Amino acid sequence: MSAVRAWLLVDVPRSRWQARCQRFFFAWLAFRQNAGAVAGLAIVGTLVAAALLAPWIAGSTGVVPDLGNRLQPPSGAFWFGTDELGRDIFDRIVWGSRITLYIVGLVTLIVVPIGLAVGVVAGYVGGWLDGALMRLTDIFLAFPRLILALAFVAALGPGLENAVLAIALTAWSPYARIARAEALTLRHSDFILAARSQGIPHHQILAGHVAPMCISSVIVRLTLDMAGIILTAAGLGFLGLGAQPPTPEWGAMIALGRDYLLDQWWVPAFPGLAILVVSLGFNLLGDGLRDVLDPKSRS
Amino acid sequence: MNRAPAIEVAGLDVAFGRGRRAFRAVRDASFSVTAGSSFGLVGESGSGKTTVLRALAGLLPPAARFRGELRLHGGLLRPARSRALRRRLQLVFQDPYGSLHPRHTVDRILGEPARVHGLDSIDRRTVAALADVGLDPSFRFRFPHQLSGGQRQRIAIARALIIEPAVVLLDEPTSALDVSVQAEILNLLQRLRREYALTFVLVSHDLAVVSHMCEALAVMRAGEVVETVSVDALRADTLQHRYSRQLLQAAQGYRSTAAGMPPAER
Repeated sequence: MSAVRAWLLVDVPRSRWQARCQRFFFAWLAFRQNAGAVAGLAIVGTLVAAALLAPWIAGSTGVVPDLGNRLQPPSGAFWFGTDELGRDIFDRIVWGSRITLYIVGLVTLIVVPIGLAVGVVAGYVGGWLDGALMRLTDIFLAFPRLILALAFVAALGPGLENAVLAIALTAWSPYARIARAEALTLRHSDFILAARSQGIPHHQILAGHVAPMCISSVIVRLTLDMAGIILTAAGLGFLGLGAQPPTPEWGAMIALGRDYLLDQWWVPAFPGLAILVVSLGFNLLGDGLRDVLDPKSRS
Repeated sequence: MNRAPAIEVAGLDVAFGRGRRAFRAVRDASFSVTAGSSFGLVGESGSGKTTVLRALAGLLPPAARFRGELRLHGGLLRPARSRALRRRLQLVFQDPYGSLHPRHTVDRILGEPARVHGLDSIDRRTVAALADVGLDPSFRFRFPHQLSGGQRQRIAIARALIIEPAVVLLDEPTSALDVSVQAEILNLLQRLRREYALTFVLVSHDLAVVSHMCEALAVMRAGEVVETVSVDALRADTLQHRYSRQLLQAAQGYRSTAAGMPPAER
């Protein structure tokens, strides 16, 4: 362990790999100072672990009804109680973490490349292309997110994939704006001019010089947005437009539990709590990442 | 010296903006630089010397309008130029804190241009380029923030030289550096010029630097070249134009004050 530490802290890195590891290690040391951020990381880590280990953590598949155990209150046997079909709510939440992670991951995979590409190109190239791309961004920015998602799902039919697509379609525009703002300030910086004067091709400057400087603010914004994405997905699930029963999606679970809110509070309460905790975790993580990654907020 | 000129600037005119609000940064500037020599561009801030350099480097913003002819070894230089042409003309920036990409290692800063221009044995070239500027190979995997200002400027010089240019444009290469480091960098540049038979165009407001480095110089004011002279004329104090003499006097006055003698007693 101390050998690894010494290798990471050495003054003079001997290889590309060591230099890269060192950078991450220093960022980690800064990140560790922020207690909230570490808590956020722990929550997100728990979510990932729950999703990966669901078959071993959960006692059941969470979809098979057990009518003999309908609406049992929380107990030693059913930690979070059971729902109206006798399914263990704890197991359903654990399986649901997979769906949440799936939504979050898919939205990230769609939103970040599109937003980054549009923003970086618009900011670096400028001129009429900038105008055209930014007006397009404005159009998507002007749509109310949930309404567009509703229209989209209504047109394509309810389902998890369509919900994700609808969210991604409305979520990429702020990323394009952020990336453009960064690219605009970078365009006239000496190191970009140096790269141009060296004859490095534009696509290589965009991908290798401009984009890496924009990605940290995009990552920060993404983690802060995650809570909103999870909530929108849950909202669509609640309206019956997202995941379809019996899929244990957290928003859909709340929707079904709504009827039992007064007498069997645990049915909607625990999925709601799960959404709350995970959203909070992503927010805390985002705050911590901003402190580490964003050079402007560093004092 | 009757060798062919490496750089020819004829009737260069650069303007920013349009119509009545247009600002002419350079007015009808002309000079030529002999191959293998070092040419100084001096003048106060805002006299257009950096704009001339950027025009040569092909880095003027698209909004700038420019007229006149720029030639490199007889071939015409246009704002849009090929990679091969860019390779022959390299630029060293004034501020070594801004001219190196903060997220790239020295290895990448030096290796990327070499790779782009299709050079072979990049590893060997990288180490050799470091040695050329007097840096140990251990600097190779550092990031710019792990280097001092002088070391950064050495990396910037190595980056310009690794693709074997014919002409190096130096934009106040020492003015952002500590006084103790300035002389080292200037001597390094002199040595590299001799070793690789480079042509330098050096922009500076410091006449001492120019007289140390250059064989000839042009004095610029408000976008115009007011006088082109040899350094011998500068040393012999036989400048023709009133403004050049003022500039020289100002520099000398500054130096004698710095030596503890009021300028009036000289």
